[in-house]
Amino acid sequence: MSTETTSPETFNDSHVLDPAATTLSQEAISTEIADIHEAYRQLVVDGKKAETQPRIDFAPYRSSLLRHPTKNLHHVDPETIELHSPAFGERDVHALESDLTIQHNGEPIGERIVVAGRVLDGDGRPVAGQLVEIWQANAAGRYIHKRDQHPAPIDPNFTGVGRAITGPNGEYSFTTIKPAPYPWKNHHNAWRPAHIHFSLFGTDFTQRMITQMYFPGDPLFSLDPIYQAITDKDARDRLVATYDHSITSHEWATGYNWDIVLTGSNQTWMEDEEGDH
Amino acid sequence: MTQSPNTGAAALKLAPTPGQTIGPFYGYALPYEKDNELVNQSRPGAVRLHGVVTDGAGTVIPDALLEIWQPDEDGSIVSKDGSLVRDGYTFTGWGRTAVDNVGHYTFTTLNPGATEAGKAPFIMLTVFARGLLNRLFTRIYLPEDTAALANDPLLSSLDPQARQTLIATREEDGSLRFDISLQGEGETVFLSYPRES
Repeated sequence: MSTETTSPETFNDSHVLDPAATTLSQEAISTEIADIHEAYRQLVVDGKKAETQPRIDFAPYRSSLLRHPTKNLHHVDPETIELHSPAFGERDVHALESDLTIQHNGEPIGERIVVAGRVLDGDGRPVAGQLVEIWQANAAGRYIHKRDQHPAPIDPNFTGVGRAITGPNGEYSFTTIKPAPYPWKNHHNAWRPAHIHFSLFGTDFTQRMITQMYFPGDPLFSLDPIYQAITDKDARDRLVATYDHSITSHEWATGYNWDIVLTGSNQTWMEDEEGDH
Repeated sequence: MTQSPNTGAAALKLAPTPGQTIGPFYGYALPYEKDNELVNQSRPGAVRLHGVVTDGAGTVIPDALLEIWQPDEDGSIVSKDGSLVRDGYTFTGWGRTAVDNVGHYTFTTLNPGATEAGKAPFIMLTVFARGLLNRLFTRIYLPEDTAALANDPLLSSLDPQARQTLIATREEDGSLRFDISLQGEGETVFLSYPRES
């Protein structure tokens, strides 16, 4: 097992192989994942509602062992501040921040892509004028971060960070470089599927979320304990973008579509309920 | 200790997109200048809100990211842009901070007011961390208005030890201390809301 959760971390050891981690095979992790998924499928067969979120208690992702609450989340009806969200606007984000390929003097190396879609709430309503933040590895699988010491090249023309404010229909669009998979230390020969991190806000702060967008057909999906922490296959599929030739532009960039659905807003029904009293 | 969920909430029309861990590499993306300064330290009424984030072994977590969202001193909910480009004068009610190498965080903010007469004032808190597969929500209650705290529906539904995890301590210099325990002894109460699925 990785000792990452219990040992002090340093900034220069993240690619030093942990001897304990090297003894844990992909097969062992995959077996653990398969057992949890099989137990989940049985629950669904027995009538349990399909899960939509990752398990926070998911042992194959070793870093989660000491970092998940053991008690059930406590259900609460949202109160005033929880029914609103912070406001962001043009003051906060410049329009050019959505293009990750123009932040330096030269063109970044890699496959130029556009990722575009809409942010919706659980009722299908567009989330307009809200902040979307992304970050990602470069075309070699390397992050600009002091803790990422994976010996793949840094691209001096790519930081891998972008921001946008959604349009009136909840739409966003980022121009970037397709990220590569990269190794990590969960177990021996562990590799993350290529992904872009997304940070999202809704109309209620209870809709706040951070997630990861993946690319279709990644052969690493079945091996990855972070992706597979979502036990439900339909739910996992919601994190995978779709290749979209209508977003692809002639002699410039290939295009991917990814729509994001936040949880439901509580503003409407809570206010209606208050009005009934 | 779980309350029965409010059944008045309408079912979702669309299935929500799953969350995923923030991971370790958000450093150039999410933190920004003055991210944890909802108000300038020199402003009258400025309050330090601080604490540590620990894991199930009691070890500090050096790579968590926290966000707060709160009303102003009068209990008004503000809707002003400028959180990402702070001008030093505008209170937007929202802030963000990455914990430091020893798991400690600090916000400079205002004491939130009660949003309605008699309500216990609180700050919303969201926790993200490597190893945490989805965000966690909780509330940071101010300790002073004991009558309002006693009447608070959430606090009243908790046993005394769990209740105490949600109430900040006022320190001698006026700071608010709120430690966050993700697991184990003194585990912070984390919240779920209607309409999550």
